[in-house]
Amino acid sequence: MSSDYRPAAMPGSGRPASPYWNPYLAGIGLGLVLLAAFVLVGRGLGASGAFSSTVAWLVNLVAPAHAQSNEYLQGYLGDGTTHPLKAWLVFEVLGVMAGALFSGLLAGRARIAVEKGPRVSTALRLLCAFAGGILMAFGAHLARGCTSGQALTGGALLNLGSWAFMLMVFVGGYSVAWFMRWQWR
Amino acid sequence: MAPFYKYGFFGDEMSLVLAFVLGTGFGFFLERAGFGSARKLAAQFYLYDMSVFKVMFTAIVTAMLGVTYLGWLGWLDLSLVYLVPTHLVPQIVGGLVLGVGFVVGGYCPGTSVASLATGRIDGFVYAFGIGAGTLVYAEVFPWIKGFVNSNGMGQVTLPEVFDLPWGLVVFVVVLIAVAGFSAATLVERRFGDKA
Repeated sequence: MSSDYRPAAMPGSGRPASPYWNPYLAGIGLGLVLLAAFVLVGRGLGASGAFSSTVAWLVNLVAPAHAQSNEYLQGYLGDGTTHPLKAWLVFEVLGVMAGALFSGLLAGRARIAVEKGPRVSTALRLLCAFAGGILMAFGAHLARGCTSGQALTGGALLNLGSWAFMLMVFVGGYSVAWFMRWQWR
Repeated sequence: MAPFYKYGFFGDEMSLVLAFVLGTGFGFFLERAGFGSARKLAAQFYLYDMSVFKVMFTAIVTAMLGVTYLGWLGWLDLSLVYLVPTHLVPQIVGGLVLGVGFVVGGYCPGTSVASLATGRIDGFVYAFGIGAGTLVYAEVFPWIKGFVNSNGMGQVTLPEVFDLPWGLVVFVVVLIAVAGFSAATLVERRFGDKA
């Protein structure tokens, strides 16, 4: 059960890691942050867009001609008058890092580790993480957003495409869960 | 009148500061919920911990009720809040692929950031995978562009599509969420002992 799931302790902290918050409490907090984003800036939260900006910036550093001739990357480079990393989602994701680290340190949960089930090797787990990331990138770009930008944000705004997307995320996840159980159980 | 940024209460620079501040809150609550851990997230798909569903739907209901009441009070102009345009088939396919990537890798983009920030190597590798996938996506984009942009329906909401009052749809979503929470708790009791 959820209440029995306890994170491992932070080494050297001399105290056990705190249990996670009640999901409804964390959900209300998340919902209020999302509401604040709607009210203050007129947009929701996101994540995948920050990855696109970062990749566009990196490719533009290494091969500017190639980046500027690529239609997808060009969309994140703009007309060249502003830095590609000076984007709303890039700043927001930097905030996510800071906020998560703050919470993790406060709870004694921040530590160098690999999250995996007991039956899988670290190397295979990391290979799966990399492959999952590639799939995630394709899914998020095809759908014009990820779990944050589409499901969470669009869900709260009753966006048609977001609800269709969200439903399919669960369908996709549950349909392969049985085949991947060796990684988690 | 909100959204404040759209009404010119502050400029672009301030909106970036707010992006960081809002992100901090986002990351804080993700980590509080346990979403910096792939094991906790993946548990959703093995039914012994339904936190992903509970947190997500609580957040959706909270923000949805917030915009609804603020809209009724006349304090928030919902038409100025950005809505991602609907492209039904690409979004259905994207959702499926993303769901598979979630179970294979253990994260989504936002949670992988929370995970790498708290020292998880698998979260870092996952984020690196998103970067690699984005690079490949950009390269194949000319060939799939037609599909990605197909089925365009514009910025459209469920109440508009089904021609129902906004408040009724909100009410139904709340009912579904409450029923879902009870069902999720029953499912956890049933499968929880196997964890």
